[in-house]
Amino acid sequence: MSRAQLTSTVEQNTGGAVAPAPAGKNRIINGAMEISQRGTSFTPTTDSTYTLDRWIARLTAASKYSVQQVSNSSTFVGFQNYLAVTSLAATTVNSTDFYTINQYIEWQGWSDAAWGTSSAKPVTLSFWVQSSLTGTFGGSIWSYGSDANYPFTYSIPVANTPTKISITIPGATAGTWNITNGGSVVVNFGLGVGSSFTGPAGAWVYGSYTRGANGAVNVVSTNGATWYITGVQLELGSSSTPFARAAGTFQGELALCQRYYQEFEPTARGIFSTTSQSNRDGYGLPVTMRAAPSATLNGTLTWYDGTTVGTMTSISAYYSNTTYVEFDAVPATGTPVAFRPCLILLANTGKIRLSSEL
Amino acid sequence: MIKYEVIETTTGSCIKRTDEDNTIWFIPADPANSDYQAYLATLAANSAPTA
Repeated sequence: MSRAQLTSTVEQNTGGAVAPAPAGKNRIINGAMEISQRGTSFTPTTDSTYTLDRWIARLTAASKYSVQQVSNSSTFVGFQNYLAVTSLAATTVNSTDFYTINQYIEWQGWSDAAWGTSSAKPVTLSFWVQSSLTGTFGGSIWSYGSDANYPFTYSIPVANTPTKISITIPGATAGTWNITNGGSVVVNFGLGVGSSFTGPAGAWVYGSYTRGANGAVNVVSTNGATWYITGVQLELGSSSTPFARAAGTFQGELALCQRYYQEFEPTARGIFSTTSQSNRDGYGLPVTMRAAPSATLNGTLTWYDGTTVGTMTSISAYYSNTTYVEFDAVPATGTPVAFRPCLILLANTGKIRLSSEL
Repeated sequence: MIKYEVIETTTGSCIKRTDEDNTIWFIPADPANSDYQAYLATLAANSAPTA
């Protein structure tokens, strides 16, 4: 295949046989936008802000667009949720600016594509999209090693109308796609990309990366403009097949997301030390994470040592691997008995947030 | 501005990162952890000689 086959069609959902939805076909995690552990509404102020699970907001200026997880099954029939971007200003996109929504795909979920070799396989990216704007929109596929990129375009001919997009992309025969225990492919949807980061659509370019295609609509340049997306699927092969969750099931999809981010209200057992009255708590993680995760405590934990109930609001030390985390915390209120085991109670408002995102 | 601090623990050390919104993250010294990679990159940038 010498060039990509780009098709953009407005489809209607019709009855008929239901195709199988094999787990592992779709390399996009949370393509149906069902999982959003961090919340449901975001106004990114810093670059690389994660929003819905696995979907990261990239930007060069703060607060130019918001991202929401919207639950409304009537917008995209067959999908309960979608990712909604709303432009918060009429932003001028300068040559080195970029505003995008990305997903980074781990090498271990991509190695069979054989990209970076002469046996590279073609892939097909498909998704449902709707915008208050019309025209030619853009995005790109690029290597996590930032040395290969494939800009693409797609057309939204009718405003505020769901449109099914299918884009077939030839395999990349060069570039750095195997970052050990790290990223491989970046799927990038442009919301406004400056000329320094765009290129002609429909061909691989090696030695650099882009975040969009030349001449694409800048969503962020129209105050109040909307751009909705769901049903994102990236699969091997030269044709689009019906959407399937990456894991096949909702529970499996959650587990895939938790490989990169998880948060929970701990109900751990711990123990107080006598010297500092700090508390050491340990947790076995329900899902093995990609790497030893970073951690933060959000809110207040409640401890109970059999005599006293108190609180903890900050971590003082932290230990982790991919399956287990421990942290030390000093009571903010209450005086525990030294060397007394304790419980972190379910009746607290705090959450431990763990991140091993790419 | 993001700030980093090395925290000594009973089994080694970890990195304490304070974000612009004052959220505090603890980062393990795992080369595969992207937050740790960013910390190392910041270290390298700050130690690079300037012209």
